[in-house]
Amino acid sequence: MGQIMTGARMVIEALKKEGVEIVFGYPGGAIIDVYDELYKNPEIHHVLVRHEQGAAHAADGYARSTGKVGVAIVTSGPGATNTVTGIATAYMDSIPIVVITGQVPTKLIGNDAFQEVDITGITRPITKHNFLVKRIEDLPRILKAAFYIARTGRPGPVLVDLPKDVQQAKGEFNYLEEIHLRSYNPTYEPHLKQIEKAYLLLEKAERPVFLIGGGVISSDAAPEVRELAEKLNLPVTMTLMGLGGFPGDHEQSLGMLGMHGTYYANMAVAHCDVLLAVGARFDDRVTGKVDAFAPNAKIIHIDIDPSSIQKNVKVDVPIVGDCKRALTRLLEMIKEVGKPKKYWKERFKEWWEQIDIWRRRYPLSYKEDPNYIKPQYVIEKLYELTKGEAIICTEVGQNQMWTAQYYKFKYPRTLITSGGLGTMGFGFPASIGAQMGNPGKLVIDIAGDGSIQMNIQELATAMDQKLPIKIIILNNGYLGMVRQWQELFYEKRYSAVKLTTLPDFVKIAEAYGAVGMRITKPQEVEPTLKKILNMDKLAILDVIIAPEEGVFPMVPAGKATTEMILV
Amino acid sequence: MAERKCTLSVLVENTPGALARIAGLFSGRGFNIDSLCVAETLDPTLSHLTLVTRGDDQIIEQIIKQLRRLIDVYKVVDVTEEGDFVEREMALIKVRAEKENREEIYRLCEIFRLKIVDVSPRTYIIEVTGDKEKLEAVIELLRPMGIKEIVRTGLIAMKREKKNP
Repeated sequence: MGQIMTGARMVIEALKKEGVEIVFGYPGGAIIDVYDELYKNPEIHHVLVRHEQGAAHAADGYARSTGKVGVAIVTSGPGATNTVTGIATAYMDSIPIVVITGQVPTKLIGNDAFQEVDITGITRPITKHNFLVKRIEDLPRILKAAFYIARTGRPGPVLVDLPKDVQQAKGEFNYLEEIHLRSYNPTYEPHLKQIEKAYLLLEKAERPVFLIGGGVISSDAAPEVRELAEKLNLPVTMTLMGLGGFPGDHEQSLGMLGMHGTYYANMAVAHCDVLLAVGARFDDRVTGKVDAFAPNAKIIHIDIDPSSIQKNVKVDVPIVGDCKRALTRLLEMIKEVGKPKKYWKERFKEWWEQIDIWRRRYPLSYKEDPNYIKPQYVIEKLYELTKGEAIICTEVGQNQMWTAQYYKFKYPRTLITSGGLGTMGFGFPASIGAQMGNPGKLVIDIAGDGSIQMNIQELATAMDQKLPIKIIILNNGYLGMVRQWQELFYEKRYSAVKLTTLPDFVKIAEAYGAVGMRITKPQEVEPTLKKILNMDKLAILDVIIAPEEGVFPMVPAGKATTEMILV
Repeated sequence: MAERKCTLSVLVENTPGALARIAGLFSGRGFNIDSLCVAETLDPTLSHLTLVTRGDDQIIEQIIKQLRRLIDVYKVVDVTEEGDFVEREMALIKVRAEKENREEIYRLCEIFRLKIVDVSPRTYIIEVTGDKEKLEAVIELLRPMGIKEIVRTGLIAMKREKKNP
């Protein structure tokens, strides 16, 4: 017999069973019973955000940086709808979060009651799964299933909608140790026949490229990626979500590919004869024009989600399974065949020579200017000063792409960025989650002057929790990425991109009790960065950058990835 | 790539919202639904759904994979791909049955083995069961008499067992 308790208490007990120590949330009428239990159970640390979107992003940042499930708790109606952008962000990037929303009492559902919204209906296309709990008897199993679904298979957000009367009702708390869902059985173990086919392709390859995506991060496959890359001497390129899955400072790293990828990564993919893609989904920002993407390559695609395979590009060897296990099996096969390292080194020698020509021809570069701070320089310096050891969160737009290009991510889970949905306002609340999950680590949010204003209210949350996050605003007074598109493709008709009124970010920092600093000259960059990085306090550094600096290389949308605009 | 018609047999958990998930998947990803038929199965915790859709091979592959990806979907079978299957649809047709054509309609029903399930002074309701072609043929024959209303169930399908095991 399980203990008899209220639904609200069951939520707390389930959180404990799932090992949840930190939750992000915002109370309200329909979730007040759960908050009453949080009050009685201080061992679960609740972080009060200032907007429910912040709670969802913080839970997401926590999940991305720790690998654990992030949890957000909000009330019904607007509380629930405010999490929608956060849920969609997590969904697009396959991040495990559980969002618990209050709901009006079951007998009022459908009556347009105060703060009622059909949140399971609204979030159906942006959650991996969601539940409306109608009976207290179902609650323990649903909570168990929610965490299980969120973290297994291809991870993703799960929402549990909890009516107020179910929170108050009493029932037996039978929490399963393990759950089996007959309709949900993700495939972890790859088909060995397929692994063999993949091996045979690699063995015959002359110009292979190893492409890794976010699946490598979520399955903790970075060690296997590195072992395979080094063993076979493969050039490695990463999607935005894959950055950190292979050390960016490794000589075999070609950096990021795609729209703002490096020249040499895009050239290598365009000319390769075998593309080994792991945990990537061939998003349009990666492929550019699909017909011209890796046109001569046989493609091996490893992914845990069968629907990712053959979705955007034709695949020759599909392998459904967990990235880590599939790579492990592939490595075992390579060991078994036992070709010496020298074989692979010799084999791809010419290919590497070609890649090195591309690397020398167009390395990542920007023009220095004594009058202006170049954003790329800021990121380079930041990389140098942090030695690649920081957790870097980004907003979305130019700030994000400069970070992806110039910070050489060395470890998985050190880049926290909204890849799929491209959510401005994500980075800062995500950095709160990342810092809560990694108390001793240096956490930095790289922002733009546009993005940071989308969730700037969370400064209060960060100060509440005494988080020493560093916010670096690359301030050009523009919605820079849109401006760049208008410059390049709309004959400089700068429609609605000039942020005419910008707040004084230094004063904003000070108003919240944080440190604020501003720099305008290149020579200030290094000493000021040093100064703020050594502070044990939240600091905003407002960096006034060259106003019309662009992100290059750039592949115009819909063009082949070889048609790059280089500077 | 050539577009083909595809009949999918889907077993799904009998939970609230399961159908909405499937309908939402089709609208959200821009897939077509030509017809959809839902009912209980022998196991009351599962619903059976016959779904007729169209697309080239790649799209149909995506449709099946996306359906399987839904947590509530237990099983998806492409009945058309498997080859040997039985398809049936039912229609109720309300047709004008005035003095001059009452007899003719009655005879037509005998020939096609249709059931007259309701009789009023000026109309019949006729039940037709069969494959799509039979239904279309009957509708065309009845049309000149004056069809007042048609309700169709949409296709249901079932795989045949192997004849020579």
